[in-house]
Amino acid sequence: MEPFTKHTGVGVPLRRSNVDTDQIIPAVYLKRVSKTGFEDGLFAAWRQDEQFILNQDPYRAGSVLVAGPDFGTGSSREHAVWALADYGFRVVISARFADIFRGNAGKQGLLAAQCEQHDVEQLWKLLEAEPGTEVTVDLRERLVTAKEFTAPFGIDDYTRWRLLEGLDDIALTLRHAEAIDSFEASRPVWKPSTTLA
Amino acid sequence: MGHTLAEKVWNSHVVRRGDGDEPDLLYIDLHLVHEVTSPQAFDGLRQAGRPVRRVDLTVATEDHNVPTIDTELPIADPVSRTQVETLRRNCAEFGVPLYQMGHDEQGIVHVIGPQLGLTQPGTTVVCGDSHTSTHGAFGAMAFGIGTSEVEHVLATQTLPLKPFKTMAINVAGSLRAGVTAKDIILAVIAKIGTGGGQGYVLEYRGSAIEELSMEARMTVCNMSIEAGARAGLIAPDETTFAYLKGRKHAPRGADWDAAVEAWRQLRTDDDAVFDAEVDLDADDLTPYVTWGTNPGQGLPLSEKVPDPERIADENERAAAEKALSYMDLKPGTPLREIQVDTVFLGSCTNGRIEDLRAAADVLRGHKVATGVRMLVVPGSMRVREAAESEGLHEVFLSAGAEWRSAGCSMCLGMNPDQLKPGERSASTSNRNFEGRQGKGGRTHLVSPLVAAATAVRGTLSSPEDLLAVSSTGTAGTD
Repeated sequence: MEPFTKHTGVGVPLRRSNVDTDQIIPAVYLKRVSKTGFEDGLFAAWRQDEQFILNQDPYRAGSVLVAGPDFGTGSSREHAVWALADYGFRVVISARFADIFRGNAGKQGLLAAQCEQHDVEQLWKLLEAEPGTEVTVDLRERLVTAKEFTAPFGIDDYTRWRLLEGLDDIALTLRHAEAIDSFEASRPVWKPSTTLA
Repeated sequence: MGHTLAEKVWNSHVVRRGDGDEPDLLYIDLHLVHEVTSPQAFDGLRQAGRPVRRVDLTVATEDHNVPTIDTELPIADPVSRTQVETLRRNCAEFGVPLYQMGHDEQGIVHVIGPQLGLTQPGTTVVCGDSHTSTHGAFGAMAFGIGTSEVEHVLATQTLPLKPFKTMAINVAGSLRAGVTAKDIILAVIAKIGTGGGQGYVLEYRGSAIEELSMEARMTVCNMSIEAGARAGLIAPDETTFAYLKGRKHAPRGADWDAAVEAWRQLRTDDDAVFDAEVDLDADDLTPYVTWGTNPGQGLPLSEKVPDPERIADENERAAAEKALSYMDLKPGTPLREIQVDTVFLGSCTNGRIEDLRAAADVLRGHKVATGVRMLVVPGSMRVREAAESEGLHEVFLSAGAEWRSAGCSMCLGMNPDQLKPGERSASTSNRNFEGRQGKGGRTHLVSPLVAAATAVRGTLSSPEDLLAVSSTGTAGTD
């Protein structure tokens, strides 16, 4: 994973709450066995509407998505994160994220930045009033800025550290291989096995 | 201070307690795998030269992509076929047991785990699927994970996670006849919203929960994710033990006794404190249906389509307006007058034998209304076999419904079973998101009883509405 420290890009106001993962990428786009190329499925149904925000310049080239609360609800599909990242998004800002989406984002270097809803609304107004406004998201300072607008965002310390360092979870866990071995040795014998019946 | 059930299960699986902000490292007892969220995970293992650490704690099946008719033929959609074939290759290469199409044990991943006796009280269960919360019905800590986490579990049999907060959902009283577990969970989600459970594991408690069968408990836990909670669980009891005893992978002999002894300890202590509590009275519940495009937008069937103008919260009002526009519904329309063209009975929420029995009891002697298509899709091939041995398939077929093979089917638009643009369904599945059942399709979430009654009348209905309908399928005049 590439380290994430600071990103500046065009902000995209998405005035919707409960943007579920079926909207972010419908199931028909989940059939690939590769990890790339999911950008065509991003908001596939909504993108058929010419008025949809990502069909308008300069939002089309956006990389900071500013959405309503409860972003990423529903399915566990990590494809939702891949689709956003493949399209070019580096940051999603929302007042509330679904837990699984937030976790998936952290694994892929997509920053899920949690802002207060009144800050999201201010940002929406700014991005709509001046399309193409760039938003800067500074992970070290946990700060979102755009022109005169400044607001803090929340992210847990551990995810922030992993993003800043670009660390791979599996390698981190395997440093504790001995602890896993000794835990396994203590498991009751009657625990389920998929290979013995 | 005592501990909640969720905390007890968590604490007994901590491999290593995290320092400061670091997450705990949690051991995973059972990893369920399917074709959609695993290919990139196996690829990651291959690239890093890592094996699957515990194939004996891992099991795979094919469910999301599979067709439910002509299942002996190759899958027609080449992309779906590739995904299924990729799973077969990966399972063969890494040694993971697989129940593939055509196998007696094949089915929806959340139906086969419990059926095989693999889902057991006090275990940790994960799967690259958000409806893994289903397995919480056994007092397991069960939750959905993304593909990176699938790879992590395959490689290490652990996950780095921070403990969830705990929320008690107290359901007092008893369900009335015609009201089901599905109505409980739709009412819970309508009450706390799609984000109400975020960060929590829910524990369903109270007399109405204790009175539920295992299958009904699975329906409740299944939809915990629709309230935003990653997991939902229910303390195991005699009902749980009776369900498990004798199943293929359940402990036997002295192991069974030792297991039950341990399982009996899996209860929230009397002096434990939940981070939040929600109360609901089952006595007051009536059948629930959704009117909108998220599972929190639900109401009792006796109500009317809500008027967004009367919703105070600006975001919720906007969401309701968008939902009604997508659903093509007018405020004030009685929910009972909404006409459907499709009824789907199945899914990991309501595709088990009791669901099929309940729907068959309603359908017996009736016909599916003219212009309505009803799909009955058992959750697993074992469920199909059981239904056929009881003659349920004959009830469905003679009513005019389609009788299918096992799979996720019309729950998600990923296999041939889909709604066409503008079609409207009453569906026993779990998500009414825009386009979930097929592009442009409109979904009303319902219980199996409501699904069956709706199929007969052609409009959203409960079984009691059928009392005024003749067995020829002509709509009643009420």
